Amino acid sequence: MLITGVLFYVFAAVLAVAALGVITSRNPVHSALFLVLAFVQSALLWLLIEAEFLAIVLVLVYVGAVMVLFLFVVMMLDINVEEIRKGFTRYLPVGAAVALIVVFEIGHVIWFRSQGLQFLMPPQGQPADYSNTKELGAVLYTEHVYAFEIASVILLLAIVAAITLTMRKRPGHKVQDVVKQVAVRREDRVRIVKVEPSRES
Amino acid sequence: MGNLYLAVVLAPLVAAIVAGLFGRRIGRAGAHWVTIAGVTVSFVLSLIALNDLVFGGGETYNATVYRWASMGGMYFEVGFLVDRLTVLMMTVVTFVSLCVHVYTIGYMHDDDGYQRFFSYISLFTFAMLMLVMSNNFLQLFFGWEAVGVVSYLLIGFWYKRPTAIFANLKAFLVNRVGDFGFILGIAALAMATGTLDYALTFADAERLSGLAIEIFSGTQWSLLTVACICLFVGAMGKSAQVPLHVWLPDSMEGPTPISALIHAATMVTAGIFMVARMSPLFELSQTALSVVLVIGAITAFVTGLLGLVQQDIKRVIAYSTLSQLGYMTVALGASAYAAGIFHLMTHAFFKALLFLAAGSVIIAMHHEQDIRKMGGLRKYLPITYWTSVVGTLALIGFPGFSGFFSKDALIEAVHASTTPGHALAYWAVLLGVFVTSLYSFRLLFVVFHGEERMDHHTKEHLHETPWVVTGPLIALAIPSVVIGWLTIGPVLFGGYFDGAIVNLEGQNPLEVVGEEFHGPAAFVQHAFGGMAVYLAAAGALVAWFLYLKRPDLPARLMGTFGALYGLLANKYYFDWFNENVVARAARGLGFGLWKVGDETLIDGAVVNGSARAVGLIAALARGLQSGYLYHYAFAMIVGLAALVGWLVYRP
Amino acid sequence: MTITTAHYLVLSALLFSISVAGIFLNRKNVILLLMCIELMLLAVNFNFVAFSRMLGDATGQVFVFFILTVAAAEAAIGLAILVVLFRNTRSLNVDDLDKLKG
Repeated sequence: MLITGVLFYVFAAVLAVAALGVITSRNPVHSALFLVLAFVQSALLWLLIEAEFLAIVLVLVYVGAVMVLFLFVVMMLDINVEEIRKGFTRYLPVGAAVALIVVFEIGHVIWFRSQGLQFLMPPQGQPADYSNTKELGAVLYTEHVYAFEIASVILLLAIVAAITLTMRKRPGHKVQDVVKQVAVRREDRVRIVKVEPSRES
Repeated sequence: MGNLYLAVVLAPLVAAIVAGLFGRRIGRAGAHWVTIAGVTVSFVLSLIALNDLVFGGGETYNATVYRWASMGGMYFEVGFLVDRLTVLMMTVVTFVSLCVHVYTIGYMHDDDGYQRFFSYISLFTFAMLMLVMSNNFLQLFFGWEAVGVVSYLLIGFWYKRPTAIFANLKAFLVNRVGDFGFILGIAALAMATGTLDYALTFADAERLSGLAIEIFSGTQWSLLTVACICLFVGAMGKSAQVPLHVWLPDSMEGPTPISALIHAATMVTAGIFMVARMSPLFELSQTALSVVLVIGAITAFVTGLLGLVQQDIKRVIAYSTLSQLGYMTVALGASAYAAGIFHLMTHAFFKALLFLAAGSVIIAMHHEQDIRKMGGLRKYLPITYWTSVVGTLALIGFPGFSGFFSKDALIEAVHASTTPGHALAYWAVLLGVFVTSLYSFRLLFVVFHGEERMDHHTKEHLHETPWVVTGPLIALAIPSVVIGWLTIGPVLFGGYFDGAIVNLEGQNPLEVVGEEFHGPAAFVQHAFGGMAVYLAAAGALVAWFLYLKRPDLPARLMGTFGALYGLLANKYYFDWFNENVVARAARGLGFGLWKVGDETLIDGAVVNGSARAVGLIAALARGLQSGYLYHYAFAMIVGLAALVGWLVYRP
Repeated sequence: MTITTAHYLVLSALLFSISVAGIFLNRKNVILLLMCIELMLLAVNFNFVAFSRMLGDATGQVFVFFILTVAAAEAAIGLAILVVLFRNTRSLNVDDLDKLKG
């Protein structure tokens, strides 16, 4: 459909520009914001493809959590903006060349070397009562439940790691050492003392 | 009998080991007693064997004692072949060795290395016996090399003297050149016959004479000729034929007992013995015999001349030995093998006698060896003098003495020989008689007669040497006189060597000479019809004239014939050639190989070069490890692009 | 113009190469490095979704789900490392991180 095509090209263009903006911005805050824009565009593109669950999740998780985290860190750290841009233009030709080569190769493979593969999307969309979420849920908790559990462990791991890495011990801070508490022996706490009675019983 | 022969060989070996390893513990007397006991055992047993084989009608003994290894069909064994040739050699070797052992007690009395010396000469006796009793080429080669090694050890006995070390190295190296030819000869025979055993090789001789060998592609040579000539090259080294004779005069650096034992009587005769032993093979090659004959003739004459200008008492006798070895070789080349061996036997006695007498003089003169400082010694050293006279008369071939019989028989055999070149050889040996007589009497007159030229101090201390020295002299003088008369008949003309030495039909000069032989007395009489006796007399006369009647003449002659004298004094420039051309070239080659081949190529390019190459490559590779993450990521992407590109765009 | 899977794939390739260029060209800012990694993951996600739609298999989208999870976890830990790095070296210069130098 025409409108779909136009929308695709618009979104794709903005996405590309946003990506370029990420890498060429002087200010890291600007880069982060460009990245947010890129994510939103991708979410829109996925909506076009009828993967609405993922699109929303992208916005919620990625933009809402991860990018916010990025912005926290960017604004928290005191960065010397001036110094950051040195050396960019010197390596630009090489970098750009390699990037273009990769794109060209992949494009070549996709458009001219893919024999017989069905590269057309199904012409009509899904039926009206198609629920992407439902479809995903049906598969996620049955076939891929193992991976699901592992994903939860990974998240736990992330929390623990982040805290462990950045934790600082402040001097004078009293804290219990559980290991020492559990390893205590009777001899360290109790001492039997013979006490002479002060008067005859 | 097998055990007897084993005892003959092992007794000196055991004695040598005991004296060598436990010398300090058993002391000097212990060392000389154990070695003399060992050699006496060998001598007595050799006499028993001689008796058995010659008079008792015993059989030739040919058996293997120990099989060391077998490769394919070839066996490496230790074995003994004891026939009459062997037993003659055994007796000679052990007798002379025993005399020398006793003599050494006196000669090396004041030396620090007393026990070591006895150990070495016993070891030598063992090696020589292994050589002569061998029944295969491997053991022959073992004995050959072993006597060479012991000779090296003994020449350099006084190892702190640089001249001694030079001499022993020279002896060993020149011998090595000979040994190289020797082993080529053995290899050629082993290749053709597939065995190292004498009996099997000789049985195959007829077939071998028809074989050809192609060394340089295109030219075919008779295998037997090549093999025999190569074997003779070995004999040239060991028996000091020209041009490999240069080591023998230098070997006089060793103590006199070994000059007597090794370089007169036994080791140098190993080559003569070997050719005689190989007579079944040599007979079939006229070319090889001719080579032997011509080289022997040259040696006999040319080295004799050198004896005329020597001033060291031992050198004169050394050149005499060289000349007599030439005589023996001539006999072999003329197919008169028995005559060669016979002369070997008589020569062993009188030459050892002469050397030991010279040693006696040296002891008396407190180790002075220059004959210009001697003179008139016959008054002071009577026993030495008279035994020297006996030895000299034997050497020049005075009728009736042993040397006369062997030499004259030899000369007649050469005259009757059919080998090409025999005419030259005949004149060489004949004129050699004159030269021999001249230098021998020169020595006798200069040392024992004439005015006394030694200094006063030495003259005061001059007295006859102890009986341990003079005893062996007398012991050797006796066979020098009688052995010729007694044994010429049976040994040369009585078929003594039948079975051991082979002559082809029509190629047996001794047979021709034998037709005229009617006993030793007749032989003496017959000699007066020939030239040799008169030449010997002439030589004696000239020597008397030059050294006793007109002692001023030699100096004037030296001045007149300056160039000739120079040639002789420089030993025909053989030594100069060897030292400056051959040795220098070899050293240069070694140096070149070291500097270029070893240091530059192998060390520099291969060993260090590979290490440096690894270092260079590693340095290059290290450049890629910048430590920056983005470099690594970029490298991955570039790799990905390249891989995809190759997959997509490959032809 | 019908939008085919090919379009999405090319778009994903484009995003990927832009992020690679970003990693290579950025010498001074570690945060930018992390952001480029996020972009790379986004590009991969595009691929998965496109193929999932083409083949009608939901497994592709499930995988995107998990990639999202891991990316979030990795961003968190990465930033934690960055904070610690900043505490110790007081700069976010990528050029200073060359301890792996051979």
